[in-house]
Amino acid sequence: MTFYYHNVYLNEVATIAGPYEAKGPLSQFYDRVYHNFYFDMPTFEQAESKIIAESVDLLLSKINKTKDKIDVHISGDLLNQIVATNYAAESIGIPLIGIYSACSTSVLGLIMASNMLDAKQIKNAIVTASSHNNASEKQFRQPIEYGGPKKKTTTFTTTGAGAAYLSSNKLGLKVESATIGTVIDLGITDPNNVGAAMAPAAAKTIYEHLKETKREVDYYDLILTGDLGKYGQEILKEYMQVEYHINLNNYQDSACMIYDLVNQPVHAGGSGPACLPLVFYSYIFPKIKKGEFKRILLVATGALFSTTMLNQKLSIPSIAHAISLEVIDDLS
Amino acid sequence: MDKKKYQILVKKHCPKENRLLNGLVAFLVGGFMGIIGQFLIDFYKNTFSLSQNYSSALMIITLIFISCLLTSLGFFDKLVEHAKCGLIIPITGFAHSMMSASIDYKKEGLVTGIGSNMFKLAGSVIVYGVVSSYFFGLIRYLISGGMA
Repeated sequence: MTFYYHNVYLNEVATIAGPYEAKGPLSQFYDRVYHNFYFDMPTFEQAESKIIAESVDLLLSKINKTKDKIDVHISGDLLNQIVATNYAAESIGIPLIGIYSACSTSVLGLIMASNMLDAKQIKNAIVTASSHNNASEKQFRQPIEYGGPKKKTTTFTTTGAGAAYLSSNKLGLKVESATIGTVIDLGITDPNNVGAAMAPAAAKTIYEHLKETKREVDYYDLILTGDLGKYGQEILKEYMQVEYHINLNNYQDSACMIYDLVNQPVHAGGSGPACLPLVFYSYIFPKIKKGEFKRILLVATGALFSTTMLNQKLSIPSIAHAISLEVIDDLS
Repeated sequence: MDKKKYQILVKKHCPKENRLLNGLVAFLVGGFMGIIGQFLIDFYKNTFSLSQNYSSALMIITLIFISCLLTSLGFFDKLVEHAKCGLIIPITGFAHSMMSASIDYKKEGLVTGIGSNMFKLAGSVIVYGVVSSYFFGLIRYLISGGMA
C-alpha cells in the first residue's frame, strides 16, 4: 500500500545517543550523548523514558515552540507495553499515539504523522522512537551481566532516541510518499539472527514501493535500511536479485554505520527502533539539506517476535515500512 | 522463494562459528579452572589442616564468591565471553548466571525481583540436576544394590 503526500515536510530532528553510540563513528553528529547507561535515572527503563522526553524537549527548543502548540506525539519503543513511551508521555503532555512495530517503529510513526498531516487532521506532529540496550537485553535476551558466548550474527540494541517534527511548513525535507509493508516469515527461528528474518520483509517492501510508484531502483540516491546488520544486508542484496531481479547498488544499512564493527564489541551491528533515526536524523538528514542526496528511501525493518512465541518454537515474522524523502524543490 | 531455499541463502551469508577453536579455548580455560580448584583444595588442606571434603567445599565457595564478585564489579561477562564455555560449565558459570539475573532485577524488589528471577537461567540446571541424579541413583542401586 503506497501513499503520496502533497504538503508534508520533515522540518527538524533531534537525537540523543548512549555510550556505545558515543564511541561510534557518528558520535560528533548527535545532539546530545550520554556516557553511561543510566542517564541519572535509577533504572534502565526509566532511563529510556527520560531520553524520549529529552529528545522532545530538545526538538521543541530547536523549532522554538512550546508543547501546547504540538497537535500529536507519535512514539514507540521495544519494551513490553511500550512503557518507555507511556511513562515519558506523561511528562511530555502532548496527545499521544503509542505504537509498536519493533525496529520499524520510527518509519511507521513518520507515515502515520504524514497521513494525518496530509488529511489536514493536524497542523503538526512530533514522532519519536527509542531503544535502550540494557533494558531490551534484559527483556529479549540474557541478563545484562551474563557473558554467555554470543553468535557472530547477533546484533547490538542501540541506546538512544530520535525525534522528528513534521508539519506543512516548507522546511527541511519533503515527505514524498510511503509504503506500508506486509508481514513475512520465511522460517528463521534464531533471535540472534534477526537480520536474516527481516531481510525478505525489507525486500518485499522495496519491491512493492518501486512497483506501485513505477520507479526504477536508481530513482533513489540512497536506500537506507534500518537494522539488518552486516550479514542481513548481504542477504537482502542477494534476495533482491534472486526474487525480484533488482540490483541494490545505492544501498546502505544503518546498523553497519552506527558502530565501528571492527573495534566495537557489537557483533553484526546495531539494532532497535533508535538505530535508523540516530543514523538518519543525525548524519544523513544534514547531508540531504546540503544537497549530497536528493532522494532517499528509508526502509525500517522490524522483527515482530517475543520470547514467549520463540519458546513455543514459532519462527520470527517481520515487517518493513518505507518512506520516501526528497529535497524541497523550490520550483514546484 | 520457499523457506528451504531461503535457509540455503541465509546459510551462505552467515559466518560459521569456529567450533574447534571455541572448544579448544573452553578446554584450556576449563582446565586452568581445574588447576586453580586443585590449588585451592591443597591450600586449604595444607594451611588449615582440613579434610578433603571440607577443602573441596571451601574451594567451591571460594570460586562462587570470586565469580559473583567479578560479575557484580561488571567485567566477568567479558571474561566469560572470551573464555567461550570454559567459565560457564564449571561452578563459576552457575554462580555467574544467578548473580547476573539478580543484578538485573535488583530494582524490582527482594521478592518480586531478585527472589523470583534469580534462577531464571540456573533454575533448569537445578531441576534437571535433581531429576538426573534421581535416575542415576536408581541405576546405581539396580547395578550395585545400593553399595557404594
